[in-house]
Amino acid sequence: MLQFILKRLGLAILVAFTVSFISFSLLFLSGDPAAALAGETASGEDIEAIRRVYGFDRPMMVQYADWLLSALRGDFGESYYFKLPVAGLIADRLSVTMTLGVCGISFALLTAVPLGVAAAVRPNSLIDRFALFMSVAGQALPSFWFGLILIVVFAIKLGWLPPSGAATWRHFVMPTIVLGYYAMPAIMRLTRAGMLEVLSSDYIRTARAKGASETRVMFKHALRNAIIPVVSLAAVQMGFMLGGSIVVESIFALYGAGYLAWESIGRNDLPTVQALILIFSMFYIVFTFLADVLNAWLDPRMRSS
Amino acid sequence: MAESMTNTATDKLDPLLEEITGPTPGQLLWRRVFGHRGLMIGAVVVGILTVIAILAPLLAPHDPYAQSLLARMKPPVFLGGTWEHPLGTDHLGRDYLSRLIYGARVSLLIGVVAAAISGLIGTAMGVAAGYFGGRVDAVVTFLINVRLAMPVVLVALAVVAILGGSLTVVICVLGLLLWDRFAVVMRASTLQVRQREYVAAAEAIGASVPRILLTEIMPNIANNLIVVVTLEMAHAILLEAALSFLGLGVQPPTPSWGLMVSEGKNMMLFEPWLVLIPGAVLFALVLAINLMGDGLRDVTASENRS
Repeated sequence: MLQFILKRLGLAILVAFTVSFISFSLLFLSGDPAAALAGETASGEDIEAIRRVYGFDRPMMVQYADWLLSALRGDFGESYYFKLPVAGLIADRLSVTMTLGVCGISFALLTAVPLGVAAAVRPNSLIDRFALFMSVAGQALPSFWFGLILIVVFAIKLGWLPPSGAATWRHFVMPTIVLGYYAMPAIMRLTRAGMLEVLSSDYIRTARAKGASETRVMFKHALRNAIIPVVSLAAVQMGFMLGGSIVVESIFALYGAGYLAWESIGRNDLPTVQALILIFSMFYIVFTFLADVLNAWLDPRMRSS
Repeated sequence: MAESMTNTATDKLDPLLEEITGPTPGQLLWRRVFGHRGLMIGAVVVGILTVIAILAPLLAPHDPYAQSLLARMKPPVFLGGTWEHPLGTDHLGRDYLSRLIYGARVSLLIGVVAAAISGLIGTAMGVAAGYFGGRVDAVVTFLINVRLAMPVVLVALAVVAILGGSLTVVICVLGLLLWDRFAVVMRASTLQVRQREYVAAAEAIGASVPRILLTEIMPNIANNLIVVVTLEMAHAILLEAALSFLGLGVQPPTPSWGLMVSEGKNMMLFEPWLVLIPGAVLFALVLAINLMGDGLRDVTASENRS
């Protein structure tokens, strides 16, 4: 087990370094960052001055090492736009995004798992077909469009929910649904497939034969085993969700890290963008690492692979 | 006695006869294709939209770029508009139906080309990893992990913002980002096919590696490849719409459905159809492509089972 964890940890760290290098090199995609920063009206001397102040005149690898060492200490440099430390800016915004991510994955799990179980218990029934239809439709629904429709119906026509902002829990209802529905199809399908497999296994027949009630068989014996792969999928989806919150946050004007990313990209505020890409990637890497470890702990067969 | 003899003779003949006169595997496949409702619905919708996209200049009633300040935000014909503009006009007086028709070109072009680019990259990586194994596999698996860790929307937005939003840039960025599923699926399929006797036979008679990959491996994993192509086309179309909606994808005045939703957003309170129509068409196209992909998976999977 320890060997497995160390191996996975080593891989996760290696992935993290590679991602950090890629997000750093985005800065050089535009050609000359100093010229981009100085603006179109700047003279050659201005550009040279900026190059020296920001250290763009050093070799790229030196700049990367410098940036990475600071980032490891939690210092992501200064935002070009706000003239404030990037780390503080992101820390202020992260709580909204994290709340949204936790709500979104909870919503997806609470709807998709029961639906998947119900579909597996009665294959080819009406509820199974409904679940399948929902999963196909859910994958095709453009989230920005879905969000706008919810705003028109529930905020404007019916007036039940506020259209934007993050002041109360009611502000989070629509963003949660829009962020969470996209993870539903995958979770539903995996739950259904897992349940179908488990329900046809020998120990379920044994449990039924010894007279365990149907609820007990379903929840104590079947779901417990079928849910294992769903847990790791949920962790992966959570990582995707935080990265995808940029669309949801921009529709509902939630001032989280996703909104900050959108604004910063529009303002060419590269230090903030680099830091956000790195942080969102780190969330994904940490979540998948934890999911791997959890899986190996729950299911010893996974440790060998 | 004679009767029983003929009976046993025909009993033995029957399966043979069946094999000679019965449907070929190809015919069986087509039967399954036509018998699959989701696949047929998806294929018909995608087919119609493709024809519309190709014939856009013939079908569009107006120039999609022609503005008319006197005819701004005319309602569609079912909300009391005229047949002059069947789906009304937008905030600059451009004919909405024509923009919608030309928008199909943008979406399908992005879907097809982005899926082709990412398919080429992902398939090459996946097949190499599955066939050679060892270090090649370790490197490819590592690259897949790195790619999955990068937030797609964020990276795509940032790169498009730096390089400038144009159709070419959006297509290239999506093509370079969406190869992960190709690599994962092609790697797994190649690992499976690699175990088969015909690959061992080809290796034994001294066939070259490119020959084995192209004539033994590729034809036998092509069905999985087609499924992933459709799903990634849908993915690329949705992402382009999202990027354009956020203002960092295809730039105005290009008629992109995501951009149309974004432009209609400000008038959403008074003219909800400006948002509803392009979004609904986008939803329909992506749904149809997904139905096609799921159907193809069902149809080819049952072939493997028998």
